[in-house]
Amino acid sequence: MTRTSRSSLLMAPALVWLTALMVVPCALVLALAFFRRGIYGGIEYTFTLENFGLVFDPLYASIFLNSARIAGTATLIAVVIGYAAAYAISAAPRRLQPVFLFFAVLPFWSNYLIRTYAWIVLLNREGLITQLLRWFGYTGEPPSMLYTEGAVIAGLVYNYLPFVILACYAPLSRLNPELAEASRDLGASAITTFRRVILPLTVPGIAAGAVFVFVLSIGNFVTPALLGGGRFQMIGNLVYDQFLTANDWPFGAALAMALIAIMLLVLMAQALAANRASGRTAQAGGDTDG
Amino acid sequence: MAERSPATRRALWLVLSLVFAFLYIPIAVLVALSFNEGGLPTAWSGFSLKWYASLASNSAILSAALNTLIVALVSTAIATLLGTLLAIGVEMRRQYGKGLEALIFAPMIIPDIVLAIALLSFFSMLNLTMGLHTIILAHVVFNLAFVCSVVRARLKSFDWSIVEASADLGASALTTLRRVTLPVIAPAVIAGALLAFTLSVDEFIIAFFTAGAGRASTTLPMQIYAMIRFGITPEINALATIVMAVSITALTLSQRLNRGVIGQ
Repeated sequence: MTRTSRSSLLMAPALVWLTALMVVPCALVLALAFFRRGIYGGIEYTFTLENFGLVFDPLYASIFLNSARIAGTATLIAVVIGYAAAYAISAAPRRLQPVFLFFAVLPFWSNYLIRTYAWIVLLNREGLITQLLRWFGYTGEPPSMLYTEGAVIAGLVYNYLPFVILACYAPLSRLNPELAEASRDLGASAITTFRRVILPLTVPGIAAGAVFVFVLSIGNFVTPALLGGGRFQMIGNLVYDQFLTANDWPFGAALAMALIAIMLLVLMAQALAANRASGRTAQAGGDTDG
Repeated sequence: MAERSPATRRALWLVLSLVFAFLYIPIAVLVALSFNEGGLPTAWSGFSLKWYASLASNSAILSAALNTLIVALVSTAIATLLGTLLAIGVEMRRQYGKGLEALIFAPMIIPDIVLAIALLSFFSMLNLTMGLHTIILAHVVFNLAFVCSVVRARLKSFDWSIVEASADLGASALTTLRRVTLPVIAPAVIAGALLAFTLSVDEFIIAFFTAGAGRASTTLPMQIYAMIRFGITPEINALATIVMAVSITALTLSQRLNRGVIGQ
C-alpha cells in the first residue's frame, strides 16, 4: 500500500464523521433557508428568498446592528485590556512568563455558564458590589447593574479576555528587543517607539484576538439571556427563538447563514490585516509565523 | 527587552495585578460562597459543607452528572481514536489541499449555535429520537478536531524516517503504527483526550439543542443553565466549584503532558 492510500485509510473514519455530522447538516440548514415556513410551523418545500429579505427587515436589521455594537464594544475593551496584560506578561522575567500565561488562560477553560453566573452573583441587587458600596457607607437604593447592556458587555469581556491575552502574547514575546532599542537610540520617544515599531509588528495578534471575541460575541445567546435578562436580543437569541419558540426554522436558518457570512467577512479582514503586517515583519527581519 | 525605568516596571506590575484580580475575583467569590453557612453573599455566617451535602442528595443534579459523564467518556473515546488517526493520516501526507485543512478546522471555529441548529434540523429530518446518543454524535464532531490539532502539533517534530526504518525491517504498517508511531505521540494523544473530555463536560449549547425533549437526557450544563435562570441558590455555588475543580485539574494535566512532549 502506498503512503497516500495508507494516509487516506487513516483519515477516512474522521472525514466520514465530519461529513455526515457537520458538512451535511450545515448544507441542510443552508437549503432550509430557501424554503417557506409551513402554516402550522414545519417546512413547506417551495423555493423562496423571503427569509433572506426578512433578515434585512428594519426590525431584524436593528437587532443585527445592536449585536454588532455590543460585540464591537466588548471586542474593543477586551483588546485594550488583553493587549496591556500581554505586554506586561512579555515584560515580566522570562521564567515567570509561562506561569502568568497559564493562569491568564486557565479561567477560559472552566465552564462558560459558571463564569457568566459569577457575574450574576457580583452584579445582582444584593450582590457583592452592592455589599461593598454599603460597607463604604452607601445607604441609597441598590444600583441596577444586572440586566443592562453593560452587564452583557462585562460578561463577554470577562469570558473572552484570556484568548486575547494569548493571541497578543505570541507576537509580543517574539519581538526582537533590538528593534525597540534601535528606535530609542535613533531618538524616538517611548510612545513613538510603541506606536511606530511595537504596535505594527503585533497587529496579527491583535487581529486574531479581536476576531475571536467579535465572532463569539455576536453569535452568543447565553450571555444576553443570563446577564441581559432577555432584554437585549442578539443574533444568537434570535436564532434560538426561531428554532425553539417561534418554530420558524427557515427564517432561523437564514439568520444562521447571515451569522456565518459575517464571520467569514471578519475572518477575511483578519487575513488581510495579517498579510499586510507580515509584509512589514519581513522588512523588519522578524518572524512571520503567526 | 530593554531596561525599563522603575516607574514603568511598577506600572506593568499594576496592570498584571488588576487583570488577574479581574479574572479571578468573580471565581473566588463563587468558591468562597459555596462554603458559606448562610449561602448568601450578604453575610459570612461561618464555614460549612452543607451545600455540598445537599448536592449529594439532589437527584436531578446527580442524574445530570451521570449523563454528562457518559457523554464525555464515550465522545472522548471515539474522538480520540478518530482524531489521532486523522492527525497521523494528514501529517504523513507530503502535501494536502486547503479544503482538507478547512474541513478539519471548521468544527473549532463554526459558531456553536450554528452547529447546534444544523444538527437539530438534521436529526429531526431523519426522524431520529434524540437523547444522549445524539449529544455524543455531536460532541465527537468538535472533540475530534481538537484531539487532531493537539496530536498534529506533536507530529510536526516527528521523524518519519523511523517509520520507514520500521517498514524496512519488515514490520507491517499496523505494527509500525502500534509499536513506533503511537508510543511517540502517546502523551499528545492523552493530552488531546483530556482536552476533549473537558470540552465535552462543559459544552452546553449543542447539547441543549440535540438532547431532545424530556428530562432524561439533561446534562450538567443544561441543569446548571436551568438553575441559574431561576436565580442564585447556594447549591449552584457548590456545584460550580466542583465542576471548575474537575475541568481545571483535567486541563492542568493536559497542559503538563503536552509540555513534556513539546519540550517547552
